[in-house]
Amino acid sequence: MEKRAHISGWTLPLLLILPQMAITVIFFYWPASQAIWQSFLREDAFGLASEFVGFENYAALFEQPEYYRAMVTTAIFSSLVAFFSLSCALLLATQADKSIRGGHAFKTLLIWPYAVAPAIAGVLWIFMFHPTLGTLARPIRAAGIDWNPMLNGTHAMILLVLSATWKHISYNFLFFLAGLQAIPRSVIEAGAIDGAGPMRRFWTIVFPLLSPTTFFLLVVTVVYVFFETFGIIDAVTGGGPAGQTTTLVYKVYADGRLGGDLGGSAAQSVILMVIVIALTAIQFRYVERKVQY
Amino acid sequence: MAGVTLDTVRKIYAGNVEAVKGVSLGIEDGSFCVLVGPSGCGKSTLLRMIAGLETISGGEIRIGDRVVNQVEPADRDIAMVFQNYALYPHMSVYDNMAYGLRNRKTPKDEIDKRVKEAARILAIEPFLDRKPRALSGGQRQRVAMGRAIVRKPQVFLFDEPLSNLDAKLRVQMRVEIKRLQKALGVTSIYVTHDQVEAMTLSDKLVVMSGGQIEQVGSPSEVYRRPETRFVATFIGSPPMNILPGKVEGPGRVSVGGQMIAVTDMREGLAPGSAIEVGLRPEDVQAGSAPGASSLDMDVDFVEELGATQLFHGKVAGTDFVVQASTGQIAADTRKLTLSIDPGNVHLFDPQTTKRLGRV
Repeated sequence: MEKRAHISGWTLPLLLILPQMAITVIFFYWPASQAIWQSFLREDAFGLASEFVGFENYAALFEQPEYYRAMVTTAIFSSLVAFFSLSCALLLATQADKSIRGGHAFKTLLIWPYAVAPAIAGVLWIFMFHPTLGTLARPIRAAGIDWNPMLNGTHAMILLVLSATWKHISYNFLFFLAGLQAIPRSVIEAGAIDGAGPMRRFWTIVFPLLSPTTFFLLVVTVVYVFFETFGIIDAVTGGGPAGQTTTLVYKVYADGRLGGDLGGSAAQSVILMVIVIALTAIQFRYVERKVQY
Repeated sequence: MAGVTLDTVRKIYAGNVEAVKGVSLGIEDGSFCVLVGPSGCGKSTLLRMIAGLETISGGEIRIGDRVVNQVEPADRDIAMVFQNYALYPHMSVYDNMAYGLRNRKTPKDEIDKRVKEAARILAIEPFLDRKPRALSGGQRQRVAMGRAIVRKPQVFLFDEPLSNLDAKLRVQMRVEIKRLQKALGVTSIYVTHDQVEAMTLSDKLVVMSGGQIEQVGSPSEVYRRPETRFVATFIGSPPMNILPGKVEGPGRVSVGGQMIAVTDMREGLAPGSAIEVGLRPEDVQAGSAPGASSLDMDVDFVEELGATQLFHGKVAGTDFVVQASTGQIAADTRKLTLSIDPGNVHLFDPQTTKRLGRV
């Protein structure tokens, strides 16, 4: 059976890809180009006048100590979330991979957090850990720790890492489970006969064979922390206390929407765009090489 | 080295499916034992139970004098070659072979010595630095063998190791496995569904069906004196012809009204009772010979195998195949008279399917 359809002329193919192209252009290229254009403008707070200032917005950005602080915050935040969400997901996936009673229920329940909207997740966590209202904050304070994510930057960061990790474990779990199930059982059995105990089998056989999955998830998780944690941050800390949990993406929002500095905010989003393009490029190159181990 | 003893070994899976139904078997030290049977006969399950990869639902498995029912695979001192080779894809050939020794804390120079030696025996020295994906099927097979022999185990287990190779390579590797096993003298248990592999490799042939042993013996015993109709038709290619017949008297049966003399026949069978008459395609001759019984055959078509020809047709309304050297029978023959040597007739009970030979 010939599966390829032959279409002569250009009209039909163009029409067929038009919807996809329209979506890409309207929702991606147009706003992106607007952001790039805006990053070269200075606009007054009421949007009445704007002037072209070249790279001045970028220059101003790199003179702000707050910008560097946001970078450091983002780096700390993303590495903590990546580490915890990957390792917890891997641990849970190895357990779910065993044929156990109730395994299906276990897997289904683990996937649920992913369906919770970021802002809702944030509200849930702040209710649990609110210094005066939180059901879980009470025992912590009772234990003699002056728990207060509203005033203490470290506590605020812990709370953010907790909620962002909790939300992303499901996603990583699914991929790790699929990755584990793709490893031939006989390879593990050969390891068992070769005298490797369960831990040694995991670190010398399973973990190396999972490395393509792990790398993929690392990139995806970092992108998640960079962009999609905005809802959680806004609901839990609002970037505070005193800007101590303001990440790069939250700063875009804070400067542009709250601070009215549209040009500076646009410049920041262009930089973020460059970062994410770089991450994606690395990812694609890695996938293209198809070198798995 | 050690022998392996199975004592009424059972495997019952969830849902009460009995895959292995009380198998007892003694495998002598240094012998090559082949378990053969169709898919689903329990042969692989049995092998995996010996390896420790499946739990044992009942009975006892001993390696040497040690009961290994509760012993971890790693501590059974066995090595296994898997059907898909199960090489570690992220390790070089050298590391694949060294892995088991490293896990056992073998000194480095000893590991190096053993790996190099195994590589020399198996002619895979040029590939020691390569990853398995850069090897051909035959080379991977050798690495899997190498991984087994560097360990110097008490028992080798083979789970259909040749079924992923092409026909030519399979014959070549079969010979190499046999030679290697003879040279090393390690007790080996080999699972296959290929009766040619089973016949050529084994010292001890175990034919299995439906989770039970049908017959145990040397390949020639099993071929010459199959104990059940299943064994008779499973071992030998093309398979044995089975014709419905009737008991006529001591040493005499009939097929479609034609008398056949039989050497190996149970005494005291009631004349007139139904019986199954087995004749191997290679054991019947064309033409009539003095003192031999004869059967008439209608030929439908001929298959050319080069050295031999297969004549397909019917005897007394039942499908029948005759194998003859090329040129012995004219290819356009439509009616054949077959002479039957009384010593080549196998009789089976139609109900129990057991052999009705002399006790």
